[in-house]
Amino acid sequence: MTEADKPGQKQDRGRLCIDGEECKGCGLCIEACPPRVIAMSEPLNHYGYRTAIYAGAGCTGCGVCFMACPEPGAITVYRLVNAPGPGARSAQVAVEEASACAGS
Amino acid sequence: MPTESAGEYAPVQSRARSFYGRYERKEDLEHQTHFCPGCGHGIVHKMIARAIDDLGVQDRTIMVGPVGCGVFTYYYFDVGNVQAAHGRAPAVATAIKRSRPESIVIGYQGDGDLSAIGAAEILHAANRGENITVVFVNNAIYSMTGGQAAPTTLVGMKSTTTPNGRNAATEGYPLHVCELLSTLQAPAYIERVGLGDNKQIWQAARAIRRALANQVHGLGFSLIEVLSPCPTIWKMTPVEAQRWVRGVMENEFRLGVFCDRTNERAVSADLRPVTPDPALDDLPRILGVARERLPGSEAQAFTPGREIDLEVRIAGFGGQGVLLLGEVLAEAGLDAGLEVSWLPSYGPEMRSGTSNCHVRLSRHAIDSPLVASPVVLVAMNEPSLRKFDRSVRSGGWVIYNGREFPADCARDGLNVLARPFTELADELGEKRAANMVMLGALLEITGVLPQASIDHALARLVKNPRWVELDQRALARGRELYQGSREG
Ligand code: SF4
Ligand code: SF4
Ligand code: SF4
Ligand SMILES: [Mg+2]
Repeated sequence: MTEADKPGQKQDRGRLCIDGEECKGCGLCIEACPPRVIAMSEPLNHYGYRTAIYAGAGCTGCGVCFMACPEPGAITVYRLVNAPGPGARSAQVAVEEASACAGS
Repeated sequence: MPTESAGEYAPVQSRARSFYGRYERKEDLEHQTHFCPGCGHGIVHKMIARAIDDLGVQDRTIMVGPVGCGVFTYYYFDVGNVQAAHGRAPAVATAIKRSRPESIVIGYQGDGDLSAIGAAEILHAANRGENITVVFVNNAIYSMTGGQAAPTTLVGMKSTTTPNGRNAATEGYPLHVCELLSTLQAPAYIERVGLGDNKQIWQAARAIRRALANQVHGLGFSLIEVLSPCPTIWKMTPVEAQRWVRGVMENEFRLGVFCDRTNERAVSADLRPVTPDPALDDLPRILGVARERLPGSEAQAFTPGREIDLEVRIAGFGGQGVLLLGEVLAEAGLDAGLEVSWLPSYGPEMRSGTSNCHVRLSRHAIDSPLVASPVVLVAMNEPSLRKFDRSVRSGGWVIYNGREFPADCARDGLNVLARPFTELADELGEKRAANMVMLGALLEITGVLPQASIDHALARLVKNPRWVELDQRALARGRELYQGSREG
């Protein structure tokens, strides 16, 4: 559970998920992120790269990091959708994915 | 975890559908592209894939990949893929687009590929206004081969081929492709963008999408040049390389729109073909080779069902009628309803020198017009005999223009008809008809073509009636010679 998810606190507008198998640790997303909420990991991934990691809070969902990243699927950006109800089913799936990612 | 009252999150940016989910290039690397960390190619790939997704054209997109670091487009894009020879993507893309006009064709090229070896290709594709989209990734260097100077290399920039830096006096100046191509009348849209910072990246994505949309709307040729970091060869970190695009490269290669005729195009459409493409069946008529089947051709062509796969090599001096002999043979085969090929092969001399040609006649589609091991060799002189006699198949024939067949050329399984054909033709009134005397012998030996087809072929290829008459006599003489040799 991230800080922003705690009851009573304002939720972040965005969320970031980075695939540690696809990221090559180039750092371009870190440079690109306006609120600077991405950092570099210490441990190396399977391929020997340090990888980008989300600080866990403060993402605005702007998508800038996605555009700056050279890897097709290393980054997924989620945005808060405020209208639960019909059509929210896929959004619900997305929430589960995002949560699973944040927990990894 | 979101609580009951919390809003939900939905993905807004994720892997484009037009990418494969994993890449089959290497077992252990199926999660990763082959690009170095921070390479601009990956960013450009993502922009293209996103544009394909957004425009809903994945099913009809055909990507033409380059040679260079961008070579593996076919491993990444889940679309139709062709990989072109170095620099030839515009020609390949032209062919695809013209033969499948409903397809969306994207040429992907680097600066070594497009601006050096492929400079002529892109120039002419742009000048023809082909309705294709070209994405030109310029990183000012040959990357894949290890950092040689490209036409786009900056003055002063070091490379393995300009170790002291590019010198304008010896290597010229960086080639400005957008500026050059925008002097042409045909292109619809040309823009240069960069990957130097967030703002540039968004503009690049917009430009690529627009260039693809132009094609979807049939507006004509669009090219987007992308100034793209190559951290590895530039020997920089990815972030340094990105800054170098903005701080240095951009000063040489000005960003912006160089040509935009999309508005006028949408209205005037002056480059659209006025007449529809002809139907395939109509081509023979248009080319003037339409033939009504003349009586006597196919019906009596040959024993039905008999396998025919005649491979002939004809060789001699220029002026001996080598090529015409082959042409008459092929034309007669065509008349008789066979598949045929005729492939001339001659030296640089327009007169004299040697020449030879390959002819194939078959009941089946012909895979290659090359005849490496002929069934029949027609050798119009001794050097030609010596050049090709070893290649004749066992059981095959040599028809040789000479009184004596050289003893050292004879071998088991080689049938020979050696006659002084030139002299024999001279007796008929024209030395130059030796080729037709030899053809007569060949026709008699092989027996694959009816006389009617030969007559039709001669009528089509030989315009002078005196020559037609002479050639007919020469052919008959050749047939007699072979029959005589069997009786004798
Ligand atoms: S989406 Fe925007 S705010 Fe969120 S991590 Fe990416 S760049 Fe930063
Ligand atoms: S830009 Fe992409 S590859 Fe580079 S560090 Fe960030 S997530 Fe990893
Ligand atoms: S060498 Fe340069 S252009 Fe080639 S993959 Fe590496 S960074 Fe990209
Ligand atoms: Mg290059």
